Amino acid sequence: MKDFAALFNAVDQTTKTTVKVAALAEYFTTAAEDDRLWTVALFSGRRPKRAVTTTRLREWASEASGVPLWLFEDSYAIVGDLAETIALVLPPVDSDDTGTLTSWINALRELKDEDDATRKAFVLSAWQQLGGTERFLFNKLITGGFRIGISQKLMTRALSRATGKPEPEMAHRLMGNWQPDDVTWHSLIEAEDASADASRPYPFYLAYALEDGPEALGDPTDWRAEWKWDGIRGQLILRDGDYFVWSRGEELMTDRFPELARAADHMPPGTVLDGELLVWQPGAEFPSSFNALQSRIGRKTVPKKLLKEAPVILHAYDLLEWQGEDIRARPFAERRALLEQASADLPEDAPIRLSPQHQFSDWSTLADLRDTAREAQAEGLMLKRADSPYLSGRKKGDWWKWKLDPLTIDAVMIYAQSGSGRRANLFTDFTFAVWNGNDLVPFTKAYSGLTDAEFRSITAWVRKNTLQRFGPVRQVTPHHVFEIAFEGIQPSPRHKSGVALRFPRMLRWRKDKPLQEANTLDDLKEMLRIYG
Amino acid sequence: MTREPVLTFTENGIYCAAGDFYIDPWRPVDRALITHGHADHARDGMGRYLATHAALPVMRHRLGEITAEGIAYGEQRIIGGATVSFHPAGHVPGSAQIRVEVAGEVWVASGDYKVINDGMSEPFEPVKCHHFITESTFGLPVFRWAPQADVAADLNAWWAGCAAAGKTAFLGAYSLGKAQRLLSMLDPDVGPILTHTAVENTNAVLRRQGITLPDTTLVTPELAPKEHPGALVLAPPSALGSQWARRFGAQESAFASGWMALRGVRRRRAGDRGFVISDHADWPGLLWAIRETEAENIYVTHGYTDIFARYLNDQGWNAEVVPTQFDSDGGDSE
Repeated sequence: MKDFAALFNAVDQTTKTTVKVAALAEYFTTAAEDDRLWTVALFSGRRPKRAVTTTRLREWASEASGVPLWLFEDSYAIVGDLAETIALVLPPVDSDDTGTLTSWINALRELKDEDDATRKAFVLSAWQQLGGTERFLFNKLITGGFRIGISQKLMTRALSRATGKPEPEMAHRLMGNWQPDDVTWHSLIEAEDASADASRPYPFYLAYALEDGPEALGDPTDWRAEWKWDGIRGQLILRDGDYFVWSRGEELMTDRFPELARAADHMPPGTVLDGELLVWQPGAEFPSSFNALQSRIGRKTVPKKLLKEAPVILHAYDLLEWQGEDIRARPFAERRALLEQASADLPEDAPIRLSPQHQFSDWSTLADLRDTAREAQAEGLMLKRADSPYLSGRKKGDWWKWKLDPLTIDAVMIYAQSGSGRRANLFTDFTFAVWNGNDLVPFTKAYSGLTDAEFRSITAWVRKNTLQRFGPVRQVTPHHVFEIAFEGIQPSPRHKSGVALRFPRMLRWRKDKPLQEANTLDDLKEMLRIYG
Repeated sequence: MTREPVLTFTENGIYCAAGDFYIDPWRPVDRALITHGHADHARDGMGRYLATHAALPVMRHRLGEITAEGIAYGEQRIIGGATVSFHPAGHVPGSAQIRVEVAGEVWVASGDYKVINDGMSEPFEPVKCHHFITESTFGLPVFRWAPQADVAADLNAWWAGCAAAGKTAFLGAYSLGKAQRLLSMLDPDVGPILTHTAVENTNAVLRRQGITLPDTTLVTPELAPKEHPGALVLAPPSALGSQWARRFGAQESAFASGWMALRGVRRRRAGDRGFVISDHADWPGLLWAIRETEAENIYVTHGYTDIFARYLNDQGWNAEVVPTQFDSDGGDSE
């Protein structure tokens, strides 16, 4: 595993993407093919079947290090990564590792059929044999989750450099359902005829946010506009009489949306649609709020009642494959025309609908329209250049999301909790309250939005202004006012305040604002009435 | 009749009633005994200061005109009903643990400390006592420092790598203590060492009191980076990636701190590289120091106080957490 550890260190020790890509490309050229394949698999979130439970790992690490289990758990909460915590609490050793990445993975997989005692002996001996990064990586092979700042983008770039094949092709090859056991380096990366399985999706094209107005985009007639729907981005694949639904995060969600099976009745095989999954009640003018969709997201199987209460449709806005042909290189206007043609005869109750385009001839008409997005349960507008191909990944230029400004409220910080992992030594998780008479009523938590310098400064303040401790949570003197931004507001009987916010974050630290001038619970209820 | 404790924890700081003085107070008081010159321990506005001879120059540099007296390590001094003496804490040059004895009962306030010899600070000496006041900045079993020579080898290899690639090596560290310790670890054969004003000012103070440091060149507005190929720039962390740093062109940055032991913090703070170098005791160091004091009563002041005190209690000590205003944030001081 030495070479893999060297690669990991090279990538982990730099913030420069050029250096990361060079290190990866080198590895994809020189390492053994099975190690390369596993590296691609691990860095894209795949891992060998878990041979040991994390509960056992914790117990054994506690025993082997002499650190009581409670102390191990407290340390884990601060470090934020189990594999790292284990690697750090065990006594240091000089690595004596002769195995390869693949041989370690195979050894772990053979443990699956062994009894607990054998597993334990194997893991303990591995811990004694492996030091430093190698011990950490061994643990990662069991726990999974190689988050090391290698995006899909960087990996495809490195693979492209190592193989000489174009990046978009690499991105497409890595998509979908493959597992390292079912493919080889050759079949996945190199083979000329990438005879993909029917479920393989195309890489999603992602838009950048339009920070200023659209005027800089030039002639409005070059552009098409649609609502930016507040649902889940999804790709619907109809091939060989089967259907597959993929999320943007490359998760296969087919089983969660059985109503989309009927799509095959309305569209021919060899069709791939890009669109938004939305809950839409029969006959309703607009989709239901994201809240309704949430009841569907977490469930792997869907009871009949829920199917009825929260029926999901795909609002299609792009056509990527038509009659078995990949048409992503064609201009958007042409793909859209085909999509409209294909959707022309869709009946009212079909699980696919065409996402309408807005007519506009100047930007100010569009700006007025955007202001009404909330009424349509939309987050704003999507702007797409009429002649744009369907690219892969987040690319600037042809697609823009022009979102509504978030809702905001000024709130008082009343509790603070320290973060973990990257934020192990900072207070970063805060609870905020609004006034209700002379009382402060907590209504949301927020974790993000401040700079590192601001987090350090608030951390120093929290240490000196703690009123009470409840385990890891500190109640602090009500003093600081923050402007909280959020995307939506919903009634919530579970919360004391009666509301729940969507995507709350700290927009600004209002050092200029006295405590008494924070917003009130009535303000929040008024927002619920208008936007809820 | 129960006796007054020798030291109590008040809103002004650690107080000795028998001698009517404070140790590292955070509000202005008449008489302050200071463990070391870092800002959270040596504050402005005290009537009189008492610190080791080696700690005073930095305090004067930082605090300006103060009424202060120096004391040698191990020298006993009677203050009111208390006998006090200062003993090396190994944290930074001049840092001390303060021993206070009243009627045969001995307390030690250790300030900040580390137990390994860094080759520059007076090495930590355990002091036998009944009551020991300890920090716990790195009071978790995940913190364990590698030998200084190993880290120095990594540091110099990184610098040499930067130099070979035609890049300037930027090393961020706190100006007092950590920066000079790093200087003593650097191999001047690799290339020239350039310093930020904040670092160089402290260098000058320490050189004047006889501490040997390698040659350094102050970065002035006139300095031409091109004339210093293969240089390492030592600067406060805030200077990393700043406008000030940009003039050096192609560069790699690194940060030296005990927090760099955690990958998450390393990735947040370090720029390109993080070196695990701390002037605080690691987990084995804290436990060793506490055992060596033979104290039964332990007061944990700053850091992972709750967790560390619970562990000590599990292991048979009487340990409690006492609130203080000493910093153990992940800030520049560590």
